[in-house]
Amino acid sequence: MTVSARPEFEIEPTDSVSIGDVERPLSLFERIWTNETVQRFAILVALIVVWELYARWLNNSLLFPTFTETIRTFWKDIHNGVLVNRTLTSLRTLALGYTFGLALAGLFTTFAVASNIGTRILSTLTAMFNPLPAIALLPLALIWFGLGTPSLVFVIIHSVLWAVALNTLSGFRGVPETLRMGGRNVGLRGARYVGLILIPAAFPSILAGLKIGWAFAWRTLVAAELVFGVSSRSGGIGWYIFEARNELDTATVFAGLLTVILIGLLVESVIFRAIEARTVNLWGMQQ
Amino acid sequence: MSSTLLEGTGVTLQYKTPRHLVTATYRVDFSVHQGDRYVILGPSGCGKSTLLKAVGGFMSPVEGEITIRGRKVDAPGPDRMMVFQEFEQLMPWKTVFQNVLFPMKVTKKFPREEAISRANSVIEKVGLSKFKDIYPHMLSGGMKMRVAIARAMALEPDILLMDEPFAALDALTRRTMQQELLSLWDQLRFTVMFVTHSIEEAVLVGSRVLVLSPHPGRVRAELDTDRLNYSNMDQVEFGAMSKRIHDLLFGDKRKPAGAKHGAAA
Repeated sequence: MTVSARPEFEIEPTDSVSIGDVERPLSLFERIWTNETVQRFAILVALIVVWELYARWLNNSLLFPTFTETIRTFWKDIHNGVLVNRTLTSLRTLALGYTFGLALAGLFTTFAVASNIGTRILSTLTAMFNPLPAIALLPLALIWFGLGTPSLVFVIIHSVLWAVALNTLSGFRGVPETLRMGGRNVGLRGARYVGLILIPAAFPSILAGLKIGWAFAWRTLVAAELVFGVSSRSGGIGWYIFEARNELDTATVFAGLLTVILIGLLVESVIFRAIEARTVNLWGMQQ
Repeated sequence: MSSTLLEGTGVTLQYKTPRHLVTATYRVDFSVHQGDRYVILGPSGCGKSTLLKAVGGFMSPVEGEITIRGRKVDAPGPDRMMVFQEFEQLMPWKTVFQNVLFPMKVTKKFPREEAISRANSVIEKVGLSKFKDIYPHMLSGGMKMRVAIARAMALEPDILLMDEPFAALDALTRRTMQQELLSLWDQLRFTVMFVTHSIEEAVLVGSRVLVLSPHPGRVRAELDTDRLNYSNMDQVEFGAMSKRIHDLLFGDKRKPAGAKHGAAA
């Protein structure tokens, strides 16, 4: 007798229909509650309720205005156009600085992937300038470019450039060898190689860089405008906050801060979210 | 009737690691004929993948030369399409169809209309028509590999270079893929150079087997395995060939119990 002293057998495969539902759709409640937008909205509502209750209990609008008061001021200033103008001024400056920053970052990284010495130059420069707060360059920018938009654009470029360049370069370095070889196999070189292989393959990192760059730029701009916001009578959102503080109009300060937050949320959760959904999420490069 | 397509004469390959200069192959000769399923077989570290990379044009020999149709190989080119072992060789930002189309689009080898119809037909041949608008991350490993093969074949290269293409697959998928490759070859009669470390796969898939000795790789033998396939896997001739290759690789002093490397399939 061997160890496997049992009869052998074979069974014909059964029809899988007889098994019943192999997949069940989730119930409506399950789907709504796990929806990210719904969860985020619930968190926001909870925060607003806490704010309103605390402000009412404190009852001191000079220190901490209520949510309703802030919203009233916010609407008033949107209707009379002050807040809209201020915001547009800021966004124009921001767009200018962001675009220049991205263009420079693109130039730097293309140069950096082309040669080893380029990589060394870029990593040295980013190591030097990335930790340097953009706002610390403002006094210098004021001496060089005077009081006005060019100084603001200069500090925004500084805040965008290094973050984006650093992320793009590390993204390029992380592109799998097989993808690189696949590109070279079909004869891609130079700009076409960077554009068709490296940039899409490194897109998650590039996108992360763009997000960080955007946040840095927005922060830097508002901060710089708080220091000196007014140039030829058209100050930005930072100046709006600064003015209101001088007049001890705390509700308006809150309305200004709310605008800063709202624009941040809008860019992050509408623009960047849309880009993500159409790219890295669709491609399965990010969950 | 067969003619020499690819020829290597005295190919010595070296590469640098941060600490060492490694000689991967030493004076290797080979000649691949039109329509061959040419297998390079050897234990790990015998430089077989390096040799394939050199044929692909990704590195140049320090001694000897490689020629394809009489031209010297000195750079990568679409006449020698590589299929890699890794699954992430497909571009994740393109659908199956776009991935297959990409090399034809970039090289402009075929007019647009023809490229599209070629892509469609080759996707159908590997049985992925239903998945052609899907992104690679939703495919299984075996499907990704089929797309990679389809992509390389759609371009109709002079030779298909496959670097252990089935090594990362599970054993059952691997068997299916071997069969699919053979049936595709039956239809299209392309030339393929195939690197593997499995004796069984070499004998099954290959029509010619180049056996390399370990580190640095030197030619040990070139064998004809064209008549050995699935239908005679259980016969003496198949076993004898496997045994012969095993002995070439490990020396006949060792007992067959040490045949672990060859049995993996």
